[in-house]
Amino acid sequence: MSQMTAPVTSPPAPAPRKPLIGLDNRYIAPAFITCILLVGHLSFGILESYPKTLLAIFTSIALELILGRIFFHKWVHPVSAYISGISVGILVRSPAFWPYALCAAISIMSKYVLRVKGRHIWNPSNFGISVLLFLAPEAVASLSIQWGNYLLPMVVIWVLGSVIIARLHRFHITGIYVASFLAFAFLRSWMLGSPWQSEVSPITGPMYQLFIFFMITDPKTTVRTKRGQCIVVFLVAVVEMLLRLNQVVYAPFYALFMVGPSAMLVEMWMDSRRAQKEKVLAAQ
Amino acid sequence: MSSNRIARAIVTVIFIGLLLTPLAMKRYTVRRATDSSSSNAASAIARHGFYLQEVSHEAGINFVHQAPQLDPKLERIMPEVASMGASVSIVDYDRDGWPDIYVTNSAIGSKNALYHNLGNGKFEDVAPALGIADVNQQGTGVSTGAVWGDYDNDGYEDLFLIKWGRPELYHNDQGHGFTRVTEQAGLPKWINANTAIWFDYDGDGLLDLFVGGYYSEDIDLWHLTTTRIMPDSFEYARNGGRKYLFHNLGNGKFEEVSAKLGINSHRWALAASAADLRGTGHPDLFVANDYGVSELYFNDGAKFREMGEQTGVGFAPKSGMSAAFGDILNQGRYAVYVSNISEDGILIQGNNLWMPKEGTSGDAIKYENLARDFGVELGGWSFGAQFGDLNNDGTLDLYLANGYISLDHHRSYWYDFSKVAGGNSTIIGDAKNWPSFEGRSLSGYQNKRVWLNDGAGKFIDVAQSVGVTDTYDGRSVALADLWNRGVLDVVVANQKGPLLVYRNTVAPENEWIEFQLKGTHSNRSAIGAQVTLFWSGQKQVQEVSGGTGFAAQNDRRLHFGLGKNPNVDKALIRWPSGKTQTIDHPAVHKLHTIEEPA
Repeated sequence: MSQMTAPVTSPPAPAPRKPLIGLDNRYIAPAFITCILLVGHLSFGILESYPKTLLAIFTSIALELILGRIFFHKWVHPVSAYISGISVGILVRSPAFWPYALCAAISIMSKYVLRVKGRHIWNPSNFGISVLLFLAPEAVASLSIQWGNYLLPMVVIWVLGSVIIARLHRFHITGIYVASFLAFAFLRSWMLGSPWQSEVSPITGPMYQLFIFFMITDPKTTVRTKRGQCIVVFLVAVVEMLLRLNQVVYAPFYALFMVGPSAMLVEMWMDSRRAQKEKVLAAQ
Repeated sequence: MSSNRIARAIVTVIFIGLLLTPLAMKRYTVRRATDSSSSNAASAIARHGFYLQEVSHEAGINFVHQAPQLDPKLERIMPEVASMGASVSIVDYDRDGWPDIYVTNSAIGSKNALYHNLGNGKFEDVAPALGIADVNQQGTGVSTGAVWGDYDNDGYEDLFLIKWGRPELYHNDQGHGFTRVTEQAGLPKWINANTAIWFDYDGDGLLDLFVGGYYSEDIDLWHLTTTRIMPDSFEYARNGGRKYLFHNLGNGKFEEVSAKLGINSHRWALAASAADLRGTGHPDLFVANDYGVSELYFNDGAKFREMGEQTGVGFAPKSGMSAAFGDILNQGRYAVYVSNISEDGILIQGNNLWMPKEGTSGDAIKYENLARDFGVELGGWSFGAQFGDLNNDGTLDLYLANGYISLDHHRSYWYDFSKVAGGNSTIIGDAKNWPSFEGRSLSGYQNKRVWLNDGAGKFIDVAQSVGVTDTYDGRSVALADLWNRGVLDVVVANQKGPLLVYRNTVAPENEWIEFQLKGTHSNRSAIGAQVTLFWSGQKQVQEVSGGTGFAAQNDRRLHFGLGKNPNVDKALIRWPSGKTQTIDHPAVHKLHTIEEPA
């Protein structure tokens, strides 16, 4: 882990586009996830409770502001923390309050503690949720049975999510992952003799909607090149497939938890080698 | 060292501390909620005030429940779809003063049993002789529960048999036999139900009957035309069986009035119970639904209003499987306990303990779930639960049966279950899309919970200490003072398992009092009658129930533990007719038989 000397750097941004319905692009994702939350809760009561979700959001934002102030000597924009907090608020399922605060805190702090060469390498909410599911299974589960299991809400979220993620130039990540998941689902069905519908079923659920639109596409914790992103997300699907063959319930979270940082480290190593080569060449 | 380095070191230490927090929480929670030490009877009585000894064999009871074998199209998930049917209800069918036990069986051709209490510690199955054993015949479905109530006020408790199939009403012929009166009563030809209760919703002195459907009544589970019989959602399903409210016309006939009176639901009901929750004199109806929210119907005597969401009990959807009322803080108000599912790391619904909020009452009553605060939240795959003072210390304890499907110890179906359950309705609603069970368990071999109430808002699980060590797939629990000793014994019906009879031994210094009520203007069973007992500066309210818990009915006699050296001031009885009666200074250590005054 390197020293934390500079604010988190984002990959090179694509050419600026006209804001969607007048909204700055960086607000699109939080606006979308807020819509999901509100519509889901008002129609299906998806949240454990408002206070628990608000606790997760508040903890995330407060910690982000405090830690940003300490380490970067400035007020960090809270959009990223808001998404982490709201993701925790939706994805964590527990009758207790403490897992919401704890998961949000672990998520945000992981950004500041687990860093390599100035970059955090885990998607914050993926890290927090994976850790909590692993360490506190008796108190925490993740969102699995929501949105009424009905088709219409699912289609609406998929269409809206796809439009927004395309707008942000990251649809290829979602697309590759979904295609890989489906291919592996049919492969598992063939290998295990289980109904193909049961293997496809998870991706029709709400947990995956948040996973594919918000976690695997996180710009801060994905590699820079488009080709690299495609390879990495395919590898996430591969590891998930292996975990599923071992009946791991939260296979997608754990797969991203393992593959995401590994890919980041590989990219950094390659960058470092390239820089060294360039340095040698320049010296010659 | 730069300030950034110091800050970083501090944040890292805090971060590591946070990562260790779940482990610390786990240790704390386990230590607080569980007393897992095994012990013998003497030390359990010394420590907790009671001990439960399983005595079914000694009592002559060797009943083992058989599960139904449904249509072969469901074969791949048969353990799941055929996972209910074991039930127990307590009745003194022959009025000899000794509580008897009726248990259901659920395989085609299997026999139900009525264990007649011989009063000498032994029981004898008299169901075949009395005509209520061979009730699971081909083409008529199978039993899933039974509730007893004297619908014709002749002094003998009649039997309503809950079935996946043709529901049955049996008239009790003065304890000498039973006559099937299903058609005369006007009951439907087929209901797939797991719950029913007797209650007099309109206070006319005649017991009415509520029946909650589970699978749709259009489905014959032995002759399926489609495999699309599963819930269309695991938390919002509305494709279950309809609800029935049979109004007792008083001439042996019943009229179905549910829709007319405001009960319109196709949720998957698993448990119902009724009690006067608002002090109106009319029993309100609580329905715990699988795959969805609970429903609470306010009853004004002529109409029902569904108020689940407004009162707070019907917002967060879970898997309701039992509903029981108990005045757990001796405040004269009922808490409602609803059991759900909790499986580490997969599904933590938590059971609900709905406590009336301070300052709310009547139509404005609100409930908050305090199961976690009271320590009765996590009970595995929970089924039947009952409140009762097991150690006679003056506070109501809680017995919980649990465990869903116990097959292979080492292989679990949970992964496949969670995979499908979160999916789209078109997938989960069709049984053919479900992976095969292949002998795997699903929340099997679970430890039961016997939660001891400290009277100050905390329960502690003492099951292992007090002798409840079985790990069968518990379904239905009923409490009764089986041997007239002033203690509550526990009877547990297990799915595909033996009927267990836990004989209770209680510290003798803890006193008790019991009431057996007989209605005259009110229904003869006195179902709905309320006794508020005032003693030693405390008060506790209990109500005679026509069915509570999961597919269960406790003894109609009300049992109050009183603790040491009690000074009983009075018992205030409110009959379903509205009459009130006060018994001053009733003697302790005694069963009081009280008839409703003219």
